[in-house]
Amino acid sequence: MSTTTITKDSRHTLSVLVKHNLNTFSRIIGIFSGKGFELESVTFASEAERGMARITITTYGNEETVEQINKHLHNVIDVLKVTDLTHKKCIERELAIVKVSTAKVGRPEIMLIAQAFKAKVIDITADKLALEVTGNTDKVDAMIEVLKPYGITEMSRTGSVALKREFQGAVNIN
Amino acid sequence: MKSPNTSSTAETSAHTTPLTAVAKASADASALTDSGADILIKTLADLGVDTIFGYPGGAVLPVYDTLFDNHELNHVLIRHEQAGTHAADGYARATGKPGVVLATSGPGGTNTVTGIATAMMDSIPLVVFTGQVPTSVIGNDAFQEADIVGITRPITKQNYLVRDVNDLEHVIREAFHIATKGRPGPVLVDLPKDMLNTKARFSGMKKVEIPSFKPTVNGHHPQIAKAAEMLSNAKKPLIYVGGGAILGEAWEEVTAFAERTNIPVTTTLMGLGAFPESKPQSLGMLGMHGTWYANMAMTECDVLIAVGARFDDRVTGRLDGFSQNSRKIHIDIDPSCIGKNVAVEVPIVGDVKRVIPAIDKLASPPEISEWWDTIHTWQKEHPLVVPKADDRIYPQHMMKMISEVTEGNAIVVTDVGQHQMWAAQHYNYNHPRSWISSGGLGTMGYGFPAAMGAALACPDRDVVCITGDGGFQMSSYELATAVEYKIPVKIALMNNNCLGMVRQWQQLFYQNRTSYSVFGSNNPDFVKMAECYGAVGMRATNPAEMRQVLNEAMKIKDGPVLMDFRVVENENCYPMVPSGAALNEMVESDEECK
Repeated sequence: MSTTTITKDSRHTLSVLVKHNLNTFSRIIGIFSGKGFELESVTFASEAERGMARITITTYGNEETVEQINKHLHNVIDVLKVTDLTHKKCIERELAIVKVSTAKVGRPEIMLIAQAFKAKVIDITADKLALEVTGNTDKVDAMIEVLKPYGITEMSRTGSVALKREFQGAVNIN
Repeated sequence: MKSPNTSSTAETSAHTTPLTAVAKASADASALTDSGADILIKTLADLGVDTIFGYPGGAVLPVYDTLFDNHELNHVLIRHEQAGTHAADGYARATGKPGVVLATSGPGGTNTVTGIATAMMDSIPLVVFTGQVPTSVIGNDAFQEADIVGITRPITKQNYLVRDVNDLEHVIREAFHIATKGRPGPVLVDLPKDMLNTKARFSGMKKVEIPSFKPTVNGHHPQIAKAAEMLSNAKKPLIYVGGGAILGEAWEEVTAFAERTNIPVTTTLMGLGAFPESKPQSLGMLGMHGTWYANMAMTECDVLIAVGARFDDRVTGRLDGFSQNSRKIHIDIDPSCIGKNVAVEVPIVGDVKRVIPAIDKLASPPEISEWWDTIHTWQKEHPLVVPKADDRIYPQHMMKMISEVTEGNAIVVTDVGQHQMWAAQHYNYNHPRSWISSGGLGTMGYGFPAAMGAALACPDRDVVCITGDGGFQMSSYELATAVEYKIPVKIALMNNNCLGMVRQWQQLFYQNRTSYSVFGSNNPDFVKMAECYGAVGMRATNPAEMRQVLNEAMKIKDGPVLMDFRVVENENCYPMVPSGAALNEMVESDEECK
């Protein structure tokens, strides 16, 4: 894109409604691997409507790159709709399960941190706690950062799922 | 064949059994008289397919058994599945109808891969059917099993694995719909053997509705108006026509528009024939081996309208030196082609056949006599280079003589390399669908089988396959097919005993280190090769012989003829935009490169 002004890379969340089949899912992933686009996270799940699925993709790129990604997604025959939620008011959530060591400071301090992030304790052993946290990516990142010094032994994140807010007016309830 | 099978079965049962409940039930069951293989062949016939290129094997034996009694469908037994896909591709390019291929599982399928990728890059409608191992053993590393749907995913517009025989007919109809509508492309349908044996019912339901696939054909009106206004006021406009104008069958619209407005036209390699080169507005081909004046016009123009072209790197040269001062309009049916390499001011997503007349209606001819003066000066100062004639055959003269002998009316099919570029430069293209060449993928070995496909599709036209000693050897085995089916392809083999374009690049950019690009005396005797297949072979070593051989060859109508033209071996192809240079940084001779 030499003749265009390069805009800054930013994070984009794309919500893609597709016919539910693995060939389509592979085609979508293939766009990212084959054409060299960034892919931060991807979730795939059946939709309420039978035979449909929603894929939520978070990617990085400037406006031109994301526009190309959008067009390539549209070119996949079984893609019905692509919504770029980045500039829309959207509800975005991700879930993480974090196992953290209680050896250094004991359970209460870790549980206080969990409380601050509205995380749930879902497993307790002699020297570890497993916490479940949901929220937007920033919140999950923040909790992980706070817990790091205590020793995170294992972790699993879902990646983002997102939907457009029905009300697009100027209210922030995030 | 075309009548639904159910009526005939109902008739049979009525004759033989009284109408009891039991008999009625059995009549319903016996309605399932079509095997998947039958349904495949019936659906193809129903879709108007007349020719398929195929090769049998274990997984597709049920289809071949059906074909044994079928005399409606012309099945061409090619000698290699890759050649089969190229032949189907040539058939598609010559007619606009989708080419159809049938291959077996495993290696049969993987052999089609290069042909499918070739079609994908040039947006050619193909439907490829592959056999697959039975559904019960898929994933078990069964004999001749390959995940062909996985392998071809990035090189098909869509592909399918049929897992329920009741879906088969619909999937086939969808495959043809997708291959031909919007931006065309190849579609693969993988058929497990049990699907071909299981019985189901052929419905004959023609309607295909895919809610997620609705290409935009009418351009956005305000954008069309803006484009018309820009062109009307341009001082130095240029029309840049690509393969989309051929695929969209918009040659008449493009020609009418250019003639009325008198705006100069350059075509890409894929667009050759979309605008007649005999017209005064034609600047010929642009790009790496395009004409000097087309490339200069592209560099200097102030309003550029791209018509079904995709700003390929072989067209643009170095991007930051590409047509810097022009305002750009881009018409394409595929939105992902727009803004991919070059930013445009007026994107128009739509079918060129509809958009061009809409612009034509609104645009007035711009005042561009000065622009034409400049272009005429370029044309006078830098015409296409042709060596001075002597008693040897220069490749450029070879192309000119073929153009002359065929009166510019042949379908020219090429391989890839120097001969391809010379054929593009020196043959006079005045008809659409008459230039068939692997532009995007650059597939050597494409020419001869694609020429067979074109010749089968257009029996009343002369088909000349211009090839090289390298490319021809990649599919020479198809001589057997051409002889068997009496396909009158004229093979004009530009024999310079080397991989000319590779050697040219090595000479220019690798200090003349001609690594593994020169065959020298290790080439076979091509005349004997033709003869051993039962084809006619002829050789020419000077221009007089070449004319004689060409005249002789054009008379042969009942089989292939191979013409071994011994050309000047060291000739290189110019003008050339060296790799990494801007479009106006052309070199015109070996001397200039030193």
